[in-house]
Amino acid sequence: MTPILEIKGLHKAFGGLNVVRDLDLVVNTGEVVSVIGPNGAGKTTLFNMISGIYEPDDGDILLDGASIVGFSPEQISNLGVARTFQTLRVFLNMTVRENVMAATYGATKTRMWQSALRTPAARREEDEVRRRAEEKLAFFGDRLMGYRWDQPAYSLSYANRRRLEIARAMATNPRLLMLDEPAAGMNPVETHEITGLIGRLREEAGYSILVIEHDMHVVEGISDRVIALDHGVKIAEGAFGDVAEDPAVIEAYLGYGAATK
Amino acid sequence: MEFFLQQTVNGLTLGSVYALIALGYSMVYGVLKFLNFAHGEVYMFGAFAGYGVLTVLGGPSALIVPVWLAITLMFVAAMAVASGIGVALERFAYRPLRKASRLAPLISAIGASFFLQAAALLLFTANSRSYDAPSLIPIESGLTLGPINVWLVRILVIVTAFVLMILLTWWVKSSRVGKAVRAVSFDTEAAAMMGVDVDRVIVATFLIGSALAGVGGVMVGLVFGRIFHLMGFIAGLKAFTAAVVGGIGSIPGAMLGGLLIGFAEAYTTSYISSTFQNLIVFGLLIVFLLVRPSGFLGRPELAKV
Amino acid sequence: MSHIGVDRWVEESGDRQEHHTGWTAPARRLFDKVRPGWRLAIFIALVSIYPLLVSQAGVRIGITVLVLAMLALGLNIVVGWAGLLDLGYVAFYGFGAYFYAVVSSDQLPAHWPTWVSIPVVVAATALLGALLSLPSRRLVGDYLAIMTLFFAQVFVEIVRNYSRLPGVETDITGGPNGITGVDPLSLFGFQFNTFSRNFYLLVALLALLIVSLHHINDSRTGRAWRALREDTLAAEHMTTPVNRLKMLAFAVGAAIAGLSGAIFAAVQVGVFPNNFLLVFLITVYAALILGGLGSIPGAIIGAIAVAFTPEILRSPGAAGWLFYIGVLALLLVVLKQRARLAAVIAGVVAFGYVFRMVALGIWDETILGTANDTLTGGILDGWLLILGEHQDVVTNYAFVLVIVGVLGVIVTKGWWRVAIFVPTIYLAVFVWENKLALQPSVTRQLLFGGVLMVMMAVRPQGLLGTRRVEIT
Repeated sequence: MTPILEIKGLHKAFGGLNVVRDLDLVVNTGEVVSVIGPNGAGKTTLFNMISGIYEPDDGDILLDGASIVGFSPEQISNLGVARTFQTLRVFLNMTVRENVMAATYGATKTRMWQSALRTPAARREEDEVRRRAEEKLAFFGDRLMGYRWDQPAYSLSYANRRRLEIARAMATNPRLLMLDEPAAGMNPVETHEITGLIGRLREEAGYSILVIEHDMHVVEGISDRVIALDHGVKIAEGAFGDVAEDPAVIEAYLGYGAATK
Repeated sequence: MEFFLQQTVNGLTLGSVYALIALGYSMVYGVLKFLNFAHGEVYMFGAFAGYGVLTVLGGPSALIVPVWLAITLMFVAAMAVASGIGVALERFAYRPLRKASRLAPLISAIGASFFLQAAALLLFTANSRSYDAPSLIPIESGLTLGPINVWLVRILVIVTAFVLMILLTWWVKSSRVGKAVRAVSFDTEAAAMMGVDVDRVIVATFLIGSALAGVGGVMVGLVFGRIFHLMGFIAGLKAFTAAVVGGIGSIPGAMLGGLLIGFAEAYTTSYISSTFQNLIVFGLLIVFLLVRPSGFLGRPELAKV
Repeated sequence: MSHIGVDRWVEESGDRQEHHTGWTAPARRLFDKVRPGWRLAIFIALVSIYPLLVSQAGVRIGITVLVLAMLALGLNIVVGWAGLLDLGYVAFYGFGAYFYAVVSSDQLPAHWPTWVSIPVVVAATALLGALLSLPSRRLVGDYLAIMTLFFAQVFVEIVRNYSRLPGVETDITGGPNGITGVDPLSLFGFQFNTFSRNFYLLVALLALLIVSLHHINDSRTGRAWRALREDTLAAEHMTTPVNRLKMLAFAVGAAIAGLSGAIFAAVQVGVFPNNFLLVFLITVYAALILGGLGSIPGAIIGAIAVAFTPEILRSPGAAGWLFYIGVLALLLVVLKQRARLAAVIAGVVAFGYVFRMVALGIWDETILGTANDTLTGGILDGWLLILGEHQDVVTNYAFVLVIVGVLGVIVTKGWWRVAIFVPTIYLAVFVWENKLALQPSVTRQLLFGGVLMVMMAVRPQGLLGTRRVEIT
């Protein structure tokens, strides 16, 4: 098992508040690792540091053994890390297909003047990009297919927008996919579908996946490993069963003394 | 030395006016996160309102009321007209756009600024008017501070501005509406959830900010004499610079920034050349926007991702 | 491929399309029916006939329209696609114009041939655009707008007041008097020294630009720009180099402005600082906003409307048509019930007579002025009060009252609205005939400023744009 992502001694503080403290984390190739913890535990900040929005105050983030600290989000996305956002950030006024096509920018090379003249090379690459986008969208079954491709993203339901965001992330051809609360706001049926989807992302598409999730059904259904954070510190790590029964984890969620009751 | 002191007084006078206008920019930005480009025109209309009152009262040489009463009425009229325009702008041009994109209110504000300039041109023509302040308040009546003689007019301006700013600071700290203004500028949603009537707070902000700008307009008329329909544009840009330099969204920042820009302009005009004054001020703005957009006293923005 | 995953609802409503609503709907549906290629061809055909139908002055106006259209398209890239509010765009236009003038006149003197000067001007302006984009890395929205606004001011200041480089004798920019005697464009010996020739040159360039931009919009770069506008952070996470793209948008927009400026300088045979003031920037924005941010045909339509407006305003007959039709249209749109519409019209007529009687009662017949030679000069004589004396004062008060009245109409409903409408409409006509019709430039300024405000509040997507959904 080779690690695709290694985090060592990560530290981040905002003002006087320590948001992430001395965090070590590993995601091995082909693994699905879930990060859980109560709100404010530092999970999204962790994602933000990996994807390049913030720079850690201390520690290192290694992708395939090479440090990506200080890189811009664009550079990191080109290196093979894609993510979705807790607050859901699809390109609302662009069509479904365009949303996914836009994510292929880094892998394409048609210059603006070539596009203006519609050279044969430009047209070929455009067709290729289109095909790739439709291929990624097909992953989601009938949800994002057919006439939906030309619909603006704002016309999609909430669950479909979440799927679109994942499809868009997939279009960057990542090796590591980071999903920030993919099941948030979904009803039980949709949640069940997401669980299956993440499994398929690992099996069929071969991604390594790092997930932040609150819904324990999802976490149980997808994870090879679970890491629990509280107040920026790792308090447990292991298989879902072990972590779920860890007293420290129970206390973090339910309060001091809950573990002993 | 004498020259320097004189220029310092000039800077203080100019700075007081800029501070008053800058306060309007800062307060509105604080609550709405939006730059009201049309603020300069509000100031300009205040100046003309004061002129109108002055004329109605007989003009600078033939006043039918005592000077102090005339000036007070001029200020009051300017505040009324300016805040009227400001509140109307908020209600009709900006409020419908609160949920719209970032671009929409800015474009509307530019349009409003343009429209108001045209209205002024229509109403007052392109001819400038003169307050003829020396007839109003003779130059001879002044204070002698050390080696220099300070005109009474300038003292009036500086003192009035400072009094207003102190009142504003007190109001924002202690009064109910003032606290609500601070709450809204900190976190609009949370304030609304705490029962603050956000709409009214915003109206109050525009009202006070515009009123202060109107007072500034009269002051400029008194100190410098000439008022014209385009005066709002340049003064607006400089006051905006002052707001940014001092820290946009911060009331003490606007005051500090205003004074700084006033001094910068006074010293540049006198020691270097008056043609450079605009460039210096513009240059300051560009430097600050690039190096420290939050200004001296502003809060750097942190957005949650 | 399209059969996979087509559920039953989709099958039944498969061809469901977004359809247009509102009073512009029939026009828009027709517009959509015609394919872009044909639309362009029809447009070019119509435009090409234009010079044959009008006088030289008309062709000159046509050139203004075409230049404005090019500028609107260029600005569309920066504001409509990339979403960067550039309030300094007019400075690129001015830079291109001045650069061309400096190298094509006796100013230095220098008389570069067109095949050298135009590429150099365009490249230099593009470079300037790229430079100005650097602040956009750190500034967004309001701050970027202010910065660019200042830049436009600085440009005019420099060109007007700092025409000499320190230590050097030569006057580069001509100061407040500008530069005159600028060479016309010439290619392969063919000189573009008549309005018609320049007109067709612009038509060709505009057509090229339209086609190129249309292709770019539907390409990798266009998508990246639009993604940048939608959500810069998300775009950056999806392999989009946002800073490079901002720079590209600024540079391309600037290049288009520079080219337009150079042609403008050649046509006007001179450049002056007053050509590049904020007034003109507002004009370009009005064109783009009116036509529809983000829409190529919108920019063209907007430019046509905005560029012809001053001409219409200048000719009293046409201006009158514009005004009265506008007022009538407004009434029809706002007052849906016929009873109320009739009430307003009746009220206005009655109010007019009363107003006139009162005025004649207070003063006497001597205050009457002669009616202007407008559309209404004859028709409304005897009803409308045209003042000879006291005109300024009364008209001023009336103007303020009209504005108050308009605001009042906005906030009221039902019969209150009718009541406020009556004096407002009358006074508007009064102010129009007594003052506005006589001062086209001020009226134009009022109109453009008003257009920006009204469009943003009522129809932010303009005539041909699409409604956007914004994350608040």
